[in-house]
Amino acid sequence: MTVTRADIAPTPIIETQDLVRDFRRGARRTRAVDHMTFAIQPGEAVGYIGANGAGKSTTIKMLTGILKPTSGRARTCGLDPMRQRIEVARQVGVVFGQRSQLWWDLPLHESFTILAAIHRLDPAEAQARTARLVDQLEMGPQLDTPVRSLSLGQRMRAEIAAALLHSPRLLILDEPTIGLDVLSKQRLREFLVEERRQRGTTLLLTTHDMGDIERLCDRVLVVDRGRLAFDGTLQGLAATVGAERLLVIDLAVPTPPLEGVQRARLVDSESDGLRQRLAFDATQTTAAAVLADVSRRAEVRDLTIEEPNIEDVVRRIYATSRGS
Amino acid sequence: MRTFALLVRAGFRRHSTYRLALLAGMTTNSVFGLIRASVLVAAVTAAGTQIGGYDAPKVLAFVWWGQALLGAVNLWGFQEVGDRVRTGDIAIDFLRPLNPQLTYLAGDLGRAGINLILRGAPALLIGALLYDLAAPPGLDSWVLGLVSVVIAVVVAFAASFIVNLLAFWVIEVRGIRLVWMITSGFLCGLYVPIPWFPDWLRTLAQWTPFPAMLQNPLDILSGRVDGGAIWMTLAGQLAWGAVLIVVGQVVLHRGRRRLEVQGG
Amino acid sequence: MVDLTPYRAILRSRIRAQLQYRTSFVTDILGTVGVGLTELAEVWVIFHNVDVLGGLDFTAALLVFALSNICFSIADMVVGHLDQLPTYIRAGTIDAFYVRPLPLLAQFMSSEISLRRIGRLTVAIIVLAIALARAEIAWDTATVVLLILSVLSGTAIFSALFTAAGGLQFFVVDGAEFTNAFTYGGSYAAQQPQRVFPDPLRIFWTFVVPTAFVAYLPAVAILDLPGNVLAPTWLAWCTPLAAVFAWVVAGSCWRAGTRRYQGAGG
Repeated sequence: MTVTRADIAPTPIIETQDLVRDFRRGARRTRAVDHMTFAIQPGEAVGYIGANGAGKSTTIKMLTGILKPTSGRARTCGLDPMRQRIEVARQVGVVFGQRSQLWWDLPLHESFTILAAIHRLDPAEAQARTARLVDQLEMGPQLDTPVRSLSLGQRMRAEIAAALLHSPRLLILDEPTIGLDVLSKQRLREFLVEERRQRGTTLLLTTHDMGDIERLCDRVLVVDRGRLAFDGTLQGLAATVGAERLLVIDLAVPTPPLEGVQRARLVDSESDGLRQRLAFDATQTTAAAVLADVSRRAEVRDLTIEEPNIEDVVRRIYATSRGS
Repeated sequence: MRTFALLVRAGFRRHSTYRLALLAGMTTNSVFGLIRASVLVAAVTAAGTQIGGYDAPKVLAFVWWGQALLGAVNLWGFQEVGDRVRTGDIAIDFLRPLNPQLTYLAGDLGRAGINLILRGAPALLIGALLYDLAAPPGLDSWVLGLVSVVIAVVVAFAASFIVNLLAFWVIEVRGIRLVWMITSGFLCGLYVPIPWFPDWLRTLAQWTPFPAMLQNPLDILSGRVDGGAIWMTLAGQLAWGAVLIVVGQVVLHRGRRRLEVQGG
Repeated sequence: MVDLTPYRAILRSRIRAQLQYRTSFVTDILGTVGVGLTELAEVWVIFHNVDVLGGLDFTAALLVFALSNICFSIADMVVGHLDQLPTYIRAGTIDAFYVRPLPLLAQFMSSEISLRRIGRLTVAIIVLAIALARAEIAWDTATVVLLILSVLSGTAIFSALFTAAGGLQFFVVDGAEFTNAFTYGGSYAAQQPQRVFPDPLRIFWTFVVPTAFVAYLPAVAILDLPGNVLAPTWLAWCTPLAAVFAWVVAGSCWRAGTRRYQGAGG
C-alpha cells in the first residue's frame, strides 16, 4: 500500500483557494477580498494584519459561514462553512472585537450557562471548564455583573472565555484588542499564549496592532486591499521591510546630535538637541540597549517609543517588492 | 412668526426623507382601510340605510378620510419631549428664544403636512378609486374640513405634549402612555364612528379631547355635519385646542420652575 | 429528537429578565389587556347597532373574535419580535447566531418571548368561554377536536406570517411597517365575519394570506352555521393544511432572506 502525501500531511485547519468577495453598492463594485490563497495548519498561531477596510473581517466572515464567497473556496476544519455551518460552529470559537456574543442584560455567569447548553456540553464538565477559564482570565468578581456593565477589557476577556468554553480546535479573533489599554492587552495576550501552550488551539488573529503579532503569532499574513501581500514568519517580515522602531528621547540639556549610537541611526534632532529621534532595528537590538548607550552620553529626561504602524509596514512591503 | 414658518418647513423636510416609510404607511393604510370599509358598510347595510347619520357613501368617506388623516394627526402621541425631559436636554430648549411648546408645535405641523400629502392623499385616492365615497357636499365643507384637520393636529399635539411634560414629576410615564395609546384610538372615532356608540359611551368620549382629533374633521369632510352645524363642530374643536395649549403653557412653566429648583 | 435544552435556557433567562422589572411588567400586561378590551369594544359597538353582520350574530362574532385573538396573542408572544430583525442585524446579533451550532431561525425565535401579551390572551380566553357558553353548541368529540385543531393551526398560521415578515426584513430596509400591514392587518381581518368582504378580498384572506382559516371558518363549523361557496363547512377541517401552506411560504421567505444576507453582506 503506497503512502500518499495526504496521509503524511495533516489537513489544514483553514484553507482558502482563490477566495474572492465583491460587494455591490448600487452600480459600484468593490472587491474586498482578491484571490486570497493560504493554508493554516493545526496548532499554528497566525496573525492576519492589514489596514482598516483591507478585507480582514470579510475573510473571517467567509471562513465562518456568515458571508458567501463570490468565487473561490474556503474550508474551515475541512468543512465548507456555507454548507456545514453548524458543524463548523462546533469546532470553532469566534470573538468579534466590536460586537458581543454574550447576553447583554444578563449576569455574566448566565451567558456561560446558556452557551454550555447551546454547545451541549456535559454540565459537570462545563462547570469545570468555566471555572478554569474564569480563574485564568480573572473574571471571578464579574460573574454576577450584567454584561452591559462590564468595562471593555472585562468584556473582551469574557468574550474569549465564552469562545473557548466548548474547547474549540480553532480560535478566531477579530480585532480583540481594539480600544484596550496596555495592561489589558498584555493580560489578554499572555492568556492566549498559555491557552495555546496547554491545548494546542490554533489561533487566527486579525489586528492592526503590531504588538499583538509580536507577542502571539509565529506567522503573519499581511493583506492590502484584499490581496495577500506577505505570508511568512515575523522574522521574514522584519527582514523584508525592516523592523525599525523609533526611540524619541527628551534630554535634560541641549545636546549635540547623538551620532554613532551602537546599532541605532540618528533620524533627527530638534529644539537644539533637546529632542532627538533614533531609529533602531528591533531584531538586532532593543530599546533598552539603545537607551543605555544614550544614557552614557547624556542625561535622559523622558522617552517614547514609536512602533511601526501597519500602513508603514504595508507600504514598505510594496516598495520592496516593486524595487526588487 | 417667520421663525415659526421656518420650523414648520424644517419639520416638513425632515419627514419627507423617509420615503420608504411613507410607502409602507400607505400599504398599512390601504389594508386597514379595505377591512374597515368592508365591515362598516356591511353594518350599515345590515341596519337598513344608515346608522347614526352615516349612510354607505358617508361611512366610506369616514373610513378613507380617517386613514388619510392617520399619519397627519398624531393620535398615539410622541415621546420625544418626554425623553428630553428625562435626560435633562429640555433645559437647552428653554434657553432658546422661542417658546418650546410653539417650537415643537411647528415641527409637528410640518410633519403633519408632509404626511397628509405623501401618505394621506394617496390613501384617499385609493379609497376613492375603489369605492363610491361621499364627497364633501360643498366648497365650505372642503375648506372648513381642512381647517378642522389643522385644528385636530394642534389638539392632538397639545394633549400629547402635556402628557410628555408629566415626565417632570413622574418617572415612569409608561402606564400613562399606554392608557393614552389605547383609549385615543378608540375614543377618537378611528375604529368605529362615535355617533354609533351607546349613549353613555358617546357622552364619555365627548368629555375627552379625542373626538376633536379625528371624529370632528371626519364629520365635516364626510358631509355628515354640514351647513351651519359645521361652525358648532369647529367651535368645539377650537375650544379644546385653546384649553390644551393654555394648560400646556402652564404645565411647561411649572415644569421649568421645577427644573430650576432642582438644579437641572 | 431535537434537544431543546439550549432554547429553554435562553427563554428562561429572557423570562427572568422580564419578570425582574415587576412594575413595568404589570403595566405592560394591563396595557395589552386594554388593547384586547378596545378591540372587543369595537365588535360590541357595532353589534349595538345591528343584530347580524355578515351572517353572524353577536355570539358568533364573539367566537370569531376570541379565536383570532387567542391565536394572534400566542403567536405574537412567541415570535412577534421577528420584525425586529434590523435591530438584531445592526447589533451584530445575527452574526453571533451564525457562529453558534444551532439553526438561525430557531435561535431568532427563542431569543425573546413577549410575556406581556398574556394580557390580551386572557381577555380572548374569557371571551371564548363566554361565547361558547352563550352559543347553543351540540358538543361532541368532533367539535372539541375542531376547536383544539383550529387554535393550534391558527397560531401556526400567524406564526408563519411573522416568520415570513422576518425573512422579508432582510430584503427591505426598515420593512417592518410594510410587513406589519399584513401581520397586524391579517389579525384584524381574521376577527371579522368574512362575508363582509367583497369576493376578491375574501379570496385574498382565505387563499393568499389564509387568516380566514384561523377563526371564521372554524367558528362557522363549530356553531353549525350555513356555509357558502367560499366557506363550505368542511373547509374548517383544512386549517392544518392552511398552516402547512403558510409555513412552506414562510420557510422560503426565511431561507431567501438568510441567503441574501450571506450574499449581500450585512
